[in-house]
Amino acid sequence: MLDQDFILQTRGLSVYYDSKIAVTDVNLNVARNRITSIIGPSGCGKSTLLRCFNRMNDLIPSARVEGQVLFDGLDLYGPDVDPTEIRYEIGMVFQRPNPFPKSIYDNVAFGPRINGFKGDMDEVVERSLVRAALWDEVKDRLKASALSLSGGQQQRLCIARALAVEPRVILMDEPCSALDPFATLAIEELMRELSEDYSIIIVTHNMQQAARVSHYTAFLMLEETRVGFLVEFGESRKIFTNPEDERTEAYITGRFG
Amino acid sequence: MSKDVVSPPLGRGTRNAWKRKFLERAIAILLFLSSFLSILITAGIVAVLLFEAITFFVDVSFLEFITGTRWTPLFSSKQFGVLALVAGTTLTAVLAMVVALPLGLLSAIYLSEYSPDGVRRLVKPILEVLAGIPTVVYGYFALLFVTPILRGISGDIAVFNALSASIVMGIMILPMVSSLSEDAMRAVPRNLREAAYALGSTKLEVSTLVVVPAALSGIMSAFILAVSRAIGETMIVTIAAGQNPSFTLNPFVPIETMTAYIVQVSQGDAPAGSIEFKTIFAVALLLFAITLIMNLLSQYVVSRFREEYE
Ligand SMILES: Nc1ncnc2c1ncn2[C@@H]1O[C@H](COP(=O)(O)OP(=O)(O)OP(=O)(O)O)[C@@H](O)[C@H]1O
Ligand SMILES: [Mg+2]
Repeated sequence: MLDQDFILQTRGLSVYYDSKIAVTDVNLNVARNRITSIIGPSGCGKSTLLRCFNRMNDLIPSARVEGQVLFDGLDLYGPDVDPTEIRYEIGMVFQRPNPFPKSIYDNVAFGPRINGFKGDMDEVVERSLVRAALWDEVKDRLKASALSLSGGQQQRLCIARALAVEPRVILMDEPCSALDPFATLAIEELMRELSEDYSIIIVTHNMQQAARVSHYTAFLMLEETRVGFLVEFGESRKIFTNPEDERTEAYITGRFG
Repeated sequence: MSKDVVSPPLGRGTRNAWKRKFLERAIAILLFLSSFLSILITAGIVAVLLFEAITFFVDVSFLEFITGTRWTPLFSSKQFGVLALVAGTTLTAVLAMVVALPLGLLSAIYLSEYSPDGVRRLVKPILEVLAGIPTVVYGYFALLFVTPILRGISGDIAVFNALSASIVMGIMILPMVSSLSEDAMRAVPRNLREAAYALGSTKLEVSTLVVVPAALSGIMSAFILAVSRAIGETMIVTIAAGQNPSFTLNPFVPIETMTAYIVQVSQGDAPAGSIEFKTIFAVALLLFAITLIMNLLSQYVVSRFREEYE
């Protein structure tokens, strides 16, 4: 693939918490309008890596990032980059649904409002909720509290909220781990649809999920001596059927971690 | 538990279960009694207030009391218009809140959202110590320090005035407002802040659009608690605001609050049973009613504005 087919690239990316390293020298290319999943055992640095893509690690005082993260060629950690601007372009959905304790409408409108959006807000809210496959369920009660929704609905609301600012990338950190299998399938279906227009990176513990939804898979690992290093990265089909590294094979077949 | 749970084979288990049950009961009864006692005491106080106040209202019409604006029970021509005292209380409480609310909220936002951990760990205990300073100290601080400064600024300000007392009362309430609001704001889950940051919010937007609204019920109850505190505050106004009941909203002149009046009569030599003496029960009952209404209001507001998380 050509470089311009990659929306995000990391170059020698390492992350430290104080002096403790959590991600080691990761080089990863994230394809445009595809789903890339990051898998690996607990504590191997998946979330830490994901949070580099929208500079959420900036919020943790002890975190320090080395190396480069290129977003369409622009270094996100460059000197003139404002992290709040990046986050308009690169949205995030969290492990546990975290809607604001406001109405459904206000949740979706939050991003556009702080973004200074001047157009038709009703339309943005409807479009985002439709895209997140939630519109039909909530269209009659947009003024109701977001907390009156079920867990799966709340997570789709969080996706709608992220979509409302029209990001180009959506980061998802175990978005289904708090959901039942039915809601999980709904979110997976949604991701597949969204990947036509968005680039998605998903962290997951669920191997089947990674195999089902993602085009590419990155396998991170930790060992006694090294933490958060990339073992293997490639097409999911290959990683899950015919991995090159034996550690990957051990992990995906459940003989490890 | 269902009946067919296998009982422990040895007597020991059964006896422990019995002991535990007994202990549970005893504790429940103890807790009931202590809460009952405090209710009983409150009821007793209200009963005494009511009884004395009723004998007062035999002599003075309730309408005159509640609508009159001149309060001169200690003079020979007695008038019982409590609004003169209510005005003093309102004036000082409102001015104190004007000082305490904005500063308290701002400092809470700073401590909760902006300050580095070290600063917070240093400032929080200091705030709590400030809240423990005896109010008589604040009273003399108002009279001997703030009042001269105010009088230096404007010659229109009397030695005893509502302004000085209110400013200092605001300073006294400030730590409470700040500390309680900060507690409420820090209780807002971290993942709500992260959600807002991930949408491109600045720190200011996270604080004002997410954290403060989510903590609003806690902040409101801190505010209302502060108002109750200001209404009930006694020492500062007694020392610095004067003993001159006047139906005015002018903060530069001497006034008298309900609390200060009660102190004045209790300290003086009004004979028990006299009409002057009974006035303090009527005033105290009114004070009690106002505070009660404030508390009910607070409960209503808290339930009305609650933005629940989780
Ligand atoms: N805020 C933090 N401060 C210090 N260390 C942290 C912090 N967050 C994570 N770490 C450490 O960094 C390492 C990687 O954590 P991370 O959360 O990225 O792992 P993960 O792969 O997402 O794990 P999981 O699958 O359990 O979510 C862990 O050793 C963790 O203890
Ligand atoms: Mg994680």
